[in-house]
Amino acid sequence: MKSLEELKAIREKMKRQMDLRENDESNIRVVVGMATCGIAAGARPVMTAFLDEINRRGLTNVTVSQTGCIGVCRLEPVAEVFVPGEEKVTYVRLRPEMVPAIVEQHLVNHSVVQDYTIGAAE
Amino acid sequence: MKELSLHLLDVAKNSVAAGAKHVSITLDEDEDGWLTIAIADDGRGMAPEFLARVTDPFTTTRTTRKVGLGLPLLRLTAEQTGGSLSIDSTLGVGTTLTARFQRRHLDCPPLGDLPGAVALLIQGSPDMELTYRHTTPKGEAALSTAELRDILGDISLAEPEVFAWIQDYLTEQENEAAVDASPAAVSEGEVQ
Repeated sequence: MKSLEELKAIREKMKRQMDLRENDESNIRVVVGMATCGIAAGARPVMTAFLDEINRRGLTNVTVSQTGCIGVCRLEPVAEVFVPGEEKVTYVRLRPEMVPAIVEQHLVNHSVVQDYTIGAAE
Repeated sequence: MKELSLHLLDVAKNSVAAGAKHVSITLDEDEDGWLTIAIADDGRGMAPEFLARVTDPFTTTRTTRKVGLGLPLLRLTAEQTGGSLSIDSTLGVGTTLTARFQRRHLDCPPLGDLPGAVALLIQGSPDMELTYRHTTPKGEAALSTAELRDILGDISLAEPEVFAWIQDYLTEQENEAAVDASPAAVSEGEVQ
């Protein structure tokens, strides 16, 4: 059973990571569109896949957040990746099984997964 | 929307957009298969004239286009099970949405992944206070972000590890309280 005691242990662990993160200027942001269009197209499992994969890999320099409609409803689910010093990359028509490749190749190894980008879809 | 939990996520995001500091989500299932979902917030509320046409698909607060489908689709889903949708709102005070569904109706979508929806709602708005309670004839699943915040201190509710914990914590409770209200389960033995 999950208990609130477990949450306390998470807090202690996270505190140590926060101290490291404050000095980290390489914070990467992943933003997933979660408006009606995104949710209906399957953004929830995509968002969950990002959080699960980042948690599994213990990546402390990545922030995942949600936003409203990004503006291309026909290409939902959509996620934008912001790496400091690099151009924003927009991934479209995402499915949860595509997420581990984006995390590994783009967020960890800084190599854009071209096949999943808006440029490849349009 | 294939699941009621997706509607819940979608509608609750309207509360976030309305600047709500507190959101309360309650789901109440009775012995007769009726499910009542209530989402109450202390956001900016709506003027009576906007409220009157808020479930019209051509009414939206979006500035980028002229259609808004979240509430019209929810109303349609509720009504096609024999249920209803009502919204009370006062400008500057907040909004309460109540939707009723007959879960045994053939057209009623499954509840879906409620823990996932609630966990994502918290992850997406980590500074908002959220209380969640789902009662069924078998039990109850409940969560309050105030309680989690007391434990976590300055650690954000948006952290992936906290998200995973919330999802697992609620899943265990939901599994305990779950009632199989699918038409197949109810009509078994009655249909030739």
